[in-house]
Amino acid sequence: MSRRSAGARLADRLHGRRRVQVGLLLSGPLAWLGVAYLGSLVVLFVAAFWQLDDFSGKVVHSYSLDNFRTLWDTPVYRTIVLRTVGIAALVTITDILLALPLAFYMAKIASRRVRGILVVAVLMPLWASYLVKVYAWRTMLSNDGIINWALAPFGLSGPGYGFVATWIVFSYLWLPYMILPVYAGFERISNSLVDASGDLGGRPATTFMRVVAPLVAPAVVAGSIFTFSLTLGDYITPQLVSSSQFIGNVVYANVGVANNLPLAAAFATVPVVVMVAYLLIARRLGAFESL
Amino acid sequence: MTKRVLMAVAVTVALFVAAGCGGDDSSSSSGTTSGGKSAGLKPPKVAMANSVGQGEGKLNVIVWAGYAEDGSEDKSVDWVTPFEKSTGCQVDAKTGNTSDEMVTLMRTGRYDGVSASGDATLRLIAGGDAAPVNTKLVPNYGDIYAGLKNQYWNSAAGQMYGIPHGRGANILMWNPKVVKQAPTSWGAVFDKNSPYKGKITAYDSPIYIADAALYLQKHNPELKITNPYELDQKQFDAAINLLKTQRGNVGQYWSDYTKEQQAFAQGDSVVGTSWQVIANLLDADKVKVATTLPSEGSTGWSDTWMIAAKAKHPNCMYKWMNWIVSPKTNAAVAEWFGQAPSNAKACDYTSDKGFCDTFHAADQAYFDKVKYWTTPRKDCGDARGAVCKDYSAWVQAWTEIKG
Repeated sequence: MSRRSAGARLADRLHGRRRVQVGLLLSGPLAWLGVAYLGSLVVLFVAAFWQLDDFSGKVVHSYSLDNFRTLWDTPVYRTIVLRTVGIAALVTITDILLALPLAFYMAKIASRRVRGILVVAVLMPLWASYLVKVYAWRTMLSNDGIINWALAPFGLSGPGYGFVATWIVFSYLWLPYMILPVYAGFERISNSLVDASGDLGGRPATTFMRVVAPLVAPAVVAGSIFTFSLTLGDYITPQLVSSSQFIGNVVYANVGVANNLPLAAAFATVPVVVMVAYLLIARRLGAFESL
Repeated sequence: MTKRVLMAVAVTVALFVAAGCGGDDSSSSSGTTSGGKSAGLKPPKVAMANSVGQGEGKLNVIVWAGYAEDGSEDKSVDWVTPFEKSTGCQVDAKTGNTSDEMVTLMRTGRYDGVSASGDATLRLIAGGDAAPVNTKLVPNYGDIYAGLKNQYWNSAAGQMYGIPHGRGANILMWNPKVVKQAPTSWGAVFDKNSPYKGKITAYDSPIYIADAALYLQKHNPELKITNPYELDQKQFDAAINLLKTQRGNVGQYWSDYTKEQQAFAQGDSVVGTSWQVIANLLDADKVKVATTLPSEGSTGWSDTWMIAAKAKHPNCMYKWMNWIVSPKTNAAVAEWFGQAPSNAKACDYTSDKGFCDTFHAADQAYFDKVKYWTTPRKDCGDARGAVCKDYSAWVQAWTEIKG
């Protein structure tokens, strides 16, 4: 008996003890979730109440609500929050409008071959680095860039850097994250449902509105979580194609430039709150069943 | 099941909060240092080196772009490789884009030293991040211009905290293809009705507020601005207003020098504040730009090599500090970056013999017109007392300016 391996002995010990088994199995992932994920959120939240010593720029661990008061009292921060949430919503709507027809075509109309090609085409941009894509847009949108060059014969000029540029680049960047869940959502809808609606006299528009749309809605909401949260947290794109500040830029400026970690932490709680609210609404709409 | 998970999460969170609070009680007393702020700089005690031994084989430094060239930009511009060969210290140079970024990087503790400007040095000294420098261990220190030694931005209580490296002015740069009439005043970037609306660029850092203050010092004498870094409420508000007006005309702000380079190369910016080194890089790319030091004078920098309080490779850092201000190297850096060298003997080694005259290396009267970057403090440094805006107010104002 004593010559048996440690593993076998451990297996003996665990035999029949389901709770211990499950506990051991889940302790790793749960510890990760608790320490690395929730832990950092808690640290962030605690840091939001700290202060900064003005001159030496060191963080002082005394608690007060000063940072939140600053954020509340200074109008510019409200403007930035509204701008950030606004562009996140705008990008999400844009991506929904672009993804719906394309995903529908991919799932229901395209031949197998075309579908395969389209899936690859949608996924392809994800192979390239994020930075490469944003810099490519920066070059395209620049004064001597290809967009201005192409529009010049018509007497037009491109949007240049600014809010419109940010909107275009974000919509481009996060589009695949919208198409894929919506495509999966359409695939799940049985063709017989569409046929049945037609057989019962439903016109195409009615069929779409009353049969297809409600069934694909959770998938759209699922995709919107990606587009919305990714836009909410991004700070590199606005920096490269505009001079506007978003929540991420202010956080970055306060951490990386001013070294005002507490104020950054306080401001960083804003997107967390926005996302929690968004996810609660999304759950209501049944988005998590189609992830 | 979900309830139990929620419980576990709640317990974890509670533990973290408890741990976070418990650890802070002891340090919260350090929050009451504000009395010392206006009473002058009292650096924390940091040990100074007594000797320089064998190199540790490695050196991690934070530098301004162009301060540690290893031949990768231009084959003939290389002073890192000879240093590596002679000392065995492998140099890993990290470019910092702004002084604030450099301070933050230094605080990570991963770096041995930094080429800090005057708006970073005092913060590093006050924060205990930089160690005093034993100038006896840096033989080339002897040849450095007296006007750079023991200054308020590189020393504390008569003790040097670094080796002066070079100085220069922020200049006005423009694209002569678009801006036909060569500007002579900073008005070119502050004029509300500028014909170059949307193509003006400005430096993306709170310290740029000083540029506006300097402009107002000359054009709005009733504000009585004496020093662009010592601004009371009224002067500060005037500078902020000027910058908010400018905001409408600015196409892009720059802090990353490559972004500035690209913006000028592609025609997105045609006029704005710049550094000589950026003009040089554009020149190398065959992009036509012109530069000037405007009539109002300019903000500028006086840089200092500092050694980190907890440097892992102190010997290599001392060797580097001596190497980088040695006459030949100092001349090479100065010519590449476009600034005045700090070593008086460097002027014998510049490839352009008129270089030191062009950059006013020994001309103290000229540099009296350049307002070196320094950290704004509450204490105005004059009869007004502690009514000036400190740097955190500058940072917040900068966020508001950009909107």
